[in-house]
Amino acid sequence: MERVPILKLGDILIVSIQIDLQDQGVLALQEDLADAVVEHRARGVIIDITAVEIVDSFIGRMLSTIASISRVLDAETIVVGMRPAVAITLVELGLSLGGVRTALNLEKGVALLHSRDGVDSDTVTR
Amino acid sequence: MTDTFEVPIDSDSDVVVVRQHVRSHALQAKLSLVDQTKVVTAASELARNTLVYGGGGRLVIEAISNGVRRGLRLSFIDEGPGIGDVEQALTDGWSTGGGLGLGLSGSRRLMDEFDLESAPGRGTRVTVVKWVR
Repeated sequence: MERVPILKLGDILIVSIQIDLQDQGVLALQEDLADAVVEHRARGVIIDITAVEIVDSFIGRMLSTIASISRVLDAETIVVGMRPAVAITLVELGLSLGGVRTALNLEKGVALLHSRDGVDSDTVTR
Repeated sequence: MTDTFEVPIDSDSDVVVVRQHVRSHALQAKLSLVDQTKVVTAASELARNTLVYGGGGRLVIEAISNGVRRGLRLSFIDEGPGIGDVEQALTDGWSTGGGLGLGLSGSRRLMDEFDLESAPGRGTRVTVVKWVR
């Protein structure tokens, strides 16, 4: 099964989904991220979906679940890079992505996490 | 009808294959990018339903025309247990499989036409159409 690599940048974890994930791969990512948040004591998680062509209810639920799990583990999740066509489709499908913060791109996502108390920006920008 | 294509739906990886085939057919049909995205998303939901609730089945992709407009018709067919209460199954948030309950109702919103034929013990056939604007 394909696995999505999780990158660490200071106290932020960055995931960029570059492949069309099977449902099992989506669930694996959810678990890997929860483990990584604890292991690296991450304060933020950024999920980059620039390359993702569709977000169906399964992936949408994964994004909401990761946001909830991270929050319980004291980290904030930001989804970045959603394509306009994906956003339009999500809304029509009826998905609200409850509890998920979004930013236009990776740079803005990182800035959003920095503006938040508790994230050590020195470690990240060095 | 000019073109028919069939994709088996028997595993998780087949759902990915369904998305790929539907995307290439939507592109061929010259659907707009937003409509392509809607069709592929609906296909992903319906293929998962076929797999999870129908125990597997198949997708038939057809390029269609009504004389005025061209379009893409997708039929998801399984020989599974069928749906007892179709009205209820089409309600937002209704799920018997632990999902979000958006698969059928959401796909219906994403497509131009939606038809569901099912009876207990007789399988399910969901047919959806997107017309080129």
